[in-house]
Amino acid sequence: MFETLSYITLQQYWWIIISLLGAILVFLMFVQGGQTLIYTLGKSEDERTLLVNLLGRKWEFTFTTLVTFGGAFFASFPLFYSTSFGGAYWVWLLILIAFVVQAVSYEYRKKPNNLFGKKTFEILLFINGLLGTVLIGTAVATFFTGSEFLIDKMNITKLTGGKMPIISEWTGPANGLEAALNFQNISLGIAVFFLSRVLALLYFMNRIKNTEIMERVKKQLIYNAIPFVVFFLIFTIWLILSPGFAVNPISKVVFIEPYKYLHNLLSMPIVSILFLFGILMVLVGIIRPITCFTKCGTKGIWLTGIGTILTVFSLLLIAGFNNTAYYPSTFDLQSSLTIENSSSSQYTLTVMSYVSLLVPFVIAYIWYAWRSIDNKKIDIEEINNETHIY
Amino acid sequence: MEHVDFSLVDWSRAQFALTAMYHWLFVPLTLGLSIIIALMESLYVKTGNPEWKRITKFWMTLFGINFAIGVATGIILEFEFGTNWSNYSWFVGDIFGAPLAIEGIMAFFLESTFIAVMFFGWNKVSKKFHLLSTWLVAIGANLSALWILVANAWMQFPTGMKFNLDTARNEMVNFWDVIGSPVALNKFSHTVLSGYLLAAIFVIGISAWFLLKNREQLFAKKSIIVASIFGLVSSLLVIFTGDGSARNMAKYQPMKFAAMENLYIGQQNAPLAAIGFLQKNKTETDPKKQDFLFKIEIPNMLSYMAFLDPNAYVPGIHDLVKGNEEHNILSYKERSERGEVVINSLADYKNAKKAGNDSLIQLSLSKFRKNYPHFGYGFYANRDVNELIPNVPVTFYSFRIMVGLGFHFILLFIVILILTLKNKVEKKRIVLYTALWTIPLAYIASELGWVVAEVGRQPWVIQDVLPTIAAVSQIKSSSVQLTFWIFFIIFTGLLIAEIKIMTTQIKKGPAN
Ligand code: HDD
Ligand code: HEM
Ligand code: HEM
Repeated sequence: MFETLSYITLQQYWWIIISLLGAILVFLMFVQGGQTLIYTLGKSEDERTLLVNLLGRKWEFTFTTLVTFGGAFFASFPLFYSTSFGGAYWVWLLILIAFVVQAVSYEYRKKPNNLFGKKTFEILLFINGLLGTVLIGTAVATFFTGSEFLIDKMNITKLTGGKMPIISEWTGPANGLEAALNFQNISLGIAVFFLSRVLALLYFMNRIKNTEIMERVKKQLIYNAIPFVVFFLIFTIWLILSPGFAVNPISKVVFIEPYKYLHNLLSMPIVSILFLFGILMVLVGIIRPITCFTKCGTKGIWLTGIGTILTVFSLLLIAGFNNTAYYPSTFDLQSSLTIENSSSSQYTLTVMSYVSLLVPFVIAYIWYAWRSIDNKKIDIEEINNETHIY
Repeated sequence: MEHVDFSLVDWSRAQFALTAMYHWLFVPLTLGLSIIIALMESLYVKTGNPEWKRITKFWMTLFGINFAIGVATGIILEFEFGTNWSNYSWFVGDIFGAPLAIEGIMAFFLESTFIAVMFFGWNKVSKKFHLLSTWLVAIGANLSALWILVANAWMQFPTGMKFNLDTARNEMVNFWDVIGSPVALNKFSHTVLSGYLLAAIFVIGISAWFLLKNREQLFAKKSIIVASIFGLVSSLLVIFTGDGSARNMAKYQPMKFAAMENLYIGQQNAPLAAIGFLQKNKTETDPKKQDFLFKIEIPNMLSYMAFLDPNAYVPGIHDLVKGNEEHNILSYKERSERGEVVINSLADYKNAKKAGNDSLIQLSLSKFRKNYPHFGYGFYANRDVNELIPNVPVTFYSFRIMVGLGFHFILLFIVILILTLKNKVEKKRIVLYTALWTIPLAYIASELGWVVAEVGRQPWVIQDVLPTIAAVSQIKSSSVQLTFWIFFIIFTGLLIAEIKIMTTQIKKGPAN
């Protein structure tokens, strides 16, 4: 079945999958957002326990999506894995460390004799929420703004001379941290941070039965929605106005094209529709709970969540499709990565495409398992009666 | 390659070894305990006896504490291939990435979804669905081991791929060869079984502690029975598959095998040094020097172990480095020269392509294909080929300790099972103390297994294809040094926290 597809179709199929995984990951980072709100929303120990436990039942899921996103990116576009991770070393390591400390924090936070104390694990959760979201947002922005690196696959044949036989080399000064000094990058980082908090608030509305917490959620929703919208708009308008990294489809030469990303939107109407529709859903999901809180609050997470997925998905399609270099090098344009020059072989992509058929099945069992344990809203009393709590 | 940054290579290796060894402190318990829990819960569902539910829940709590830190250490490893071994990630990513991705899709989601049902679903889902979830967690954990071990096995014995000169990397041509390779199947079995064994020791040791404290007698004995049967079966299979590992090694990684056996000069009817102490400062350059200070040998055993034939010839380190015409072994010098030809013909091919010189393209292509098996040796063309010898004492002793402990475990399983069935175990305090103190030994055996496997194949990241010096990322060695210490501090801190939490939970005992 996949054997009959052309190489380029497979490459595009895999870019779509990567984009979708990335989009789902951004949505699921509501867990991270929620971790930065534990003290803002929870004023008593019981309230905080309730919040932590609601997030704690979902953290694994976000984490696993991140891991799978990494694995799938490695399998389908190994040159990206090699160039970006090995070059932007410090950004990725900081992201990783932020996730390492998260993984133990839920389980260990309240356990007796946990060496560091409850507070430390809560701080670690906060760090994960802050660094994880801001840095992932910043890193994704470099798909549009570019980084400074050089790739020469023939380096592998360098047996003598001054160079190690290593094909890619980062020329930026700070191994990736320089990306955080670029305002456009950081504005996407901040937008993702506030978006994750908004999503967390909507998730809490959907899951919690407790009037005091809900009062605070309502206030926080406005406080976080405003900076999200502002920074997202800054990033988007900038994106639409800025020049982009185009590829000549015949000669494969990379060049700078004014308004490239706007052109991409215009020449891919389906993507533009997804993009606009996504933004609309995000906004409606936020605004409706503000106007008719009790009645519409529960559904916000679905609207904004699916909206987030659509928006991020289409952003990543804009980055990679329509003859665009998705991981541009500002140091050496011709080193830029495109979905064609950085992918796995046709055979590997074919094999992996068969594996991708498992995904609907995975989604189905996740849906089923969650429904069976999360069928109604939760209050403090119920959490305290649980045998396994975080 | 005069300009190899050895400090970068060594810190990158150290960082990978550190994080992998930490990960492996938690993984085997996950692999085995998930199954033991599932077995216990099956007994609960079958008998309806609430005591089994109490037992299941107690071990489940410990499982959760261990699982969290296993996940925390795992994520680093996955991304480290990109961050620290970036050349590797391109050079073989076409093959190696696939198992990692499949692991995520197939195994990690299964595990993380049903773990939620397992922990939070007791009062929400039916007994049967809960039991199914517990089994799915165990299956998920073991599936994740399958894929990562397929990946690792492929690095020890690369198959199913072909070098593509245009992209300058290896590409997969046969997926089934990759997952069905004899090394992969054997490695998977040996490794997960050793995890089962470790988990069984863990359960028995803690139960023994309860008996020593005169607490929870019934709970402890029931746990011991399940664990010692499970452990006994696993440990017999561990020996069986370990033997298979050694045979694979003799076939596909003769240098590792020779190092593991401290065998410098190859011979027929080679004896196995069951116990031995190595001569200090022995090097390849004086192969005639005495190898051992002291040893107890089993005649012909090594030849038999390696090739199932007591008369078979087993090559030694000296033969592999210097070559041995009689047995058709090329010297490393020769291989490195041929490797240099391959690497240079890759460069020629590229230049010829650019210039559009068809005859040169053909010529370099045929030179390349003919000598490809020596590719990796080319990186040692201007270097001392003795760098291709792994650390002999480390592999030699690690292997013997692992195997020796393996026999100790079997004995322990048998003794404790019989005593428990005869209802006498609580009186045998020496046996109980031994069981308790065997817990750390199981961890030692397990870690040493990886030391044999990984130290023994140095300096290859991919056997004969890619050495460490050509696999790293181009970063400052001071950066890697810094991250090494960051991980060291974080992981050590978390490990201490984990042990404290774990012991506190154990002292609390099963809930009522
Ligand atoms: C999927 C592949 C894979 C897997 C499952 C493991 N390793 Fe490994 N290991 C490597 C892939 C690798 C590697 C990336 O290929 C390294 C890094 C440098 C090298 O030569 O091999 C390595 C090096 C390496 C070293 C350094 C040896 C040296 O440089 O002298 C040690 C001690 C270990 N590993 C130990 C382990 C342990 C305890 C593991 C158990 C979880 C483990 N490895 C699993
Ligand atoms: C370099 C090698 C390895 C990499 C890259 C790796 C990667 C990972 C990652 C990313 C996780 C977290 C998954 C999650 O989100 O739940 C994980 C957990 C796990 N890994 Fe590894 N792993 C490696 C070695 C191994 C080995 C050798 C085994 C078994 C034989 C193994 C078995 C497991 C298991 C059972 C888990 C579940 C959590 C736990 O450890 O308790 N891993 N691994
Ligand atoms: C008693 C007989 C045993 C024999 C003959 C044996 C043999 C081996 C051999 C030859 C290897 C290296 C495989 C390679 O480099 O590819 C190995 C690896 C390993 N062993 Fe053992 N072993 C035994 C017992 C044990 C025990 C008791 C444990 C742990 C409780 C254990 C855990 C491991 C592990 C974790 C590895 C690394 C994974 C692998 O390479 O397969 N082994 N064993």
